[in-house]
Amino acid sequence: MSHIRCHIMVCTGTGCTSSESPKIIDALEKELRKAGMDQEVRVVKTGCFGLCAIGPIVMIFPEGACYSRVTVDDVPEIVNEHIVKGRIVQRLLHMEGEEGDTVTSLTETQFYKHQYRIALRNCGVINPESIDEYIGANGYMALERILTEQTPPQEIIDCLKKSGLRGRGGAGFSTGMKWQFTYDAPSEDGVKYVACNADEGDPGAFMDRSVLEGDPFSVIEAMTIAGYAVGAHQGYIYIRAEYPIAVKRLEIAIGQAREYGLLGDNILGSGFAFDLELRLGAGAFVCGEETALMTSIEGHRGEPRPRPPFPAVKGLFGKPTLLNNVETYANITWILNNGWEKFAAIGTEKSKGTKVFALGGKITNTGLVEVPMGTTLRTIIEDIGGGIPNGKKFKAAQTGGPSGGCIPASLIDTPIDYDSLTAIGSMMGSGGLIVMDEDNCMVDIAKFFLEFCVDESCGKCSPCRIGTKRLYDLLTKITEGKGTLEDLDTIEELCYHLKASALCALGQSAPNPVLSTLKYFREEYVAHVVEKRCPAGVCRALLHYEIDSAKCRGCTLCARNCPVNAITGVLKGAHVIDQDKCIKCGLCQSNCRFDAIVRK
Amino acid sequence: MKSLAELRAIREKMKKQMDVRESGDDAIRVVVGMATCGIAAGARPVMTAFLDEIDKRGLTNVTVTQTGCIGVCRLEPIVEVYVPGEEKVTYVKMKPEMVPTVVEQHLVNHNVVTDYTIGAAE
Repeated sequence: MSHIRCHIMVCTGTGCTSSESPKIIDALEKELRKAGMDQEVRVVKTGCFGLCAIGPIVMIFPEGACYSRVTVDDVPEIVNEHIVKGRIVQRLLHMEGEEGDTVTSLTETQFYKHQYRIALRNCGVINPESIDEYIGANGYMALERILTEQTPPQEIIDCLKKSGLRGRGGAGFSTGMKWQFTYDAPSEDGVKYVACNADEGDPGAFMDRSVLEGDPFSVIEAMTIAGYAVGAHQGYIYIRAEYPIAVKRLEIAIGQAREYGLLGDNILGSGFAFDLELRLGAGAFVCGEETALMTSIEGHRGEPRPRPPFPAVKGLFGKPTLLNNVETYANITWILNNGWEKFAAIGTEKSKGTKVFALGGKITNTGLVEVPMGTTLRTIIEDIGGGIPNGKKFKAAQTGGPSGGCIPASLIDTPIDYDSLTAIGSMMGSGGLIVMDEDNCMVDIAKFFLEFCVDESCGKCSPCRIGTKRLYDLLTKITEGKGTLEDLDTIEELCYHLKASALCALGQSAPNPVLSTLKYFREEYVAHVVEKRCPAGVCRALLHYEIDSAKCRGCTLCARNCPVNAITGVLKGAHVIDQDKCIKCGLCQSNCRFDAIVRK
Repeated sequence: MKSLAELRAIREKMKKQMDVRESGDDAIRVVVGMATCGIAAGARPVMTAFLDEIDKRGLTNVTVTQTGCIGVCRLEPIVEVYVPGEEKVTYVKMKPEMVPTVVEQHLVNHNVVTDYTIGAAE
């Protein structure tokens, strides 16, 4: 086989797949065959580059040219110009900032400059369905070294402890300590388990999905090492069935690892045995909570149980179990290969390494980013995220999903790490970062997350089952303009009760979005209650539409399109909205060509 | 079931193949003129000869790309070699049999094969 001179990397993450990247791959292969170049150019399926907003992404090496929003129709031009004639297709290059300010290579972009990729190191770099490529990217080096040198488990655990790695699932517990507890825990029959939490349920979060889609082997290798370190021979990956691509890639990866003897009995002739099984979750948010997750793996209804005993002592099937999150595992082999010193040198005093965030909401570069701990919210939003679209003003960022809180614009310079976020009433969470602008109503946001918790509460404990519902009712009352100032006090009191008495983290953290918005945006709540007004113009019950008679030209467009015939008027005369009939759909406003319709 | 030695062999093999994705600035670039004139003069076998030779020697940090008409059609096939920090070298009237010499002398040992350059042809 001759030297492959050119690799065309096509993103096959969930985002780009839904914008038809598999068809682009087919078209590329067809065009290359037509040009007689299929032997010297390789098309590689790869994981997420992070630039989900402008997908599908195609990167061509050795030039490193990054093409965005590629369509099947662009393929002949890419092959004929770039591959055949060596001319980069300028019009498809990723545009950044000013008109005409094109950037050839992804690493030159503002989006990448501030990033540091550890957990995502192989995403967009290797083919996630090829164990050979993973091995070529230094994969299985850590396991190989540990098994040939028979590294004492304590040494591995000490390395993790010294690295300062903390759980990336949200709570931020020391990973090394967790491994230590599981290692130390006695098991009567010697059986212990290793498990991976891939039940990523926060709305807007897709970090773990992207790691599993882009680099499943790094999680598998880390779990194998974990098995060796804590003395387990069986592992489980609990993953949501809603992640079909990640599930498929994991199945392929586990199959290839077994074929290579990197899972199963006598791994690399060392006598160590370890195997993995997938368990698909049906999509209950509470199953991301560790005790509920293990109950679900055991085949029961996913409900949490009180802790202690902690999983490290009494977990799956009553045996000591090590349970880590996907992103945590994705860091392990990097630390073992590069040394704990290098990892500990990144980040802040108490939060080491990097964190992956799924950027979403009102942000230009929706996508996946990995930054050193301690990076400020401002860097993430303004530099990496490209700011708020349409010239709107940044209002708040929500981290940690339904368990987290809102960070107001005044705290935009807060460094993102576990402790700083907790101190301001939010939390790191798994890494969802939703950006909000002036058009978002904070009461409505709190209500949205609470509604999610009401739906997802498993119902086992009454504080969560009843408490979240009552809180939700109170917030609804406020958004409908029927709230009183006493309600605000009741909400706060209820929040504290819920935090103190709920059985698991779902209920304990459900009040966070409410408490943090009450803390930083109390005036918005007060406006809803006292002035019966929604400052952001979101809460329907509190707003109405009016036609500015000076601007109205009487074109009748609004009247013709109104679904409830609430608008009346004669041709070329000012129109009027009948407030009793109006359902506040806003269609008239978006249709009006003269800006004559105002929302109040 | 793979042995340790096999695992290491796969790693070495794949590292070489994936080297092309490290678009480092320090890579040597071999650019083959592949416009109509180049192809008619036989640029295609020259290019595959480069790819084969690089693979045979297991060279890393060398990229092979194509380009359009360089403008001196009478001297095709033309191959330009860019070594970082050095002046571009243009080889003309290349034939596949000349390729191993260029790879060995220029790409590996950093000695320009003056006999094949545009200067010698003029």
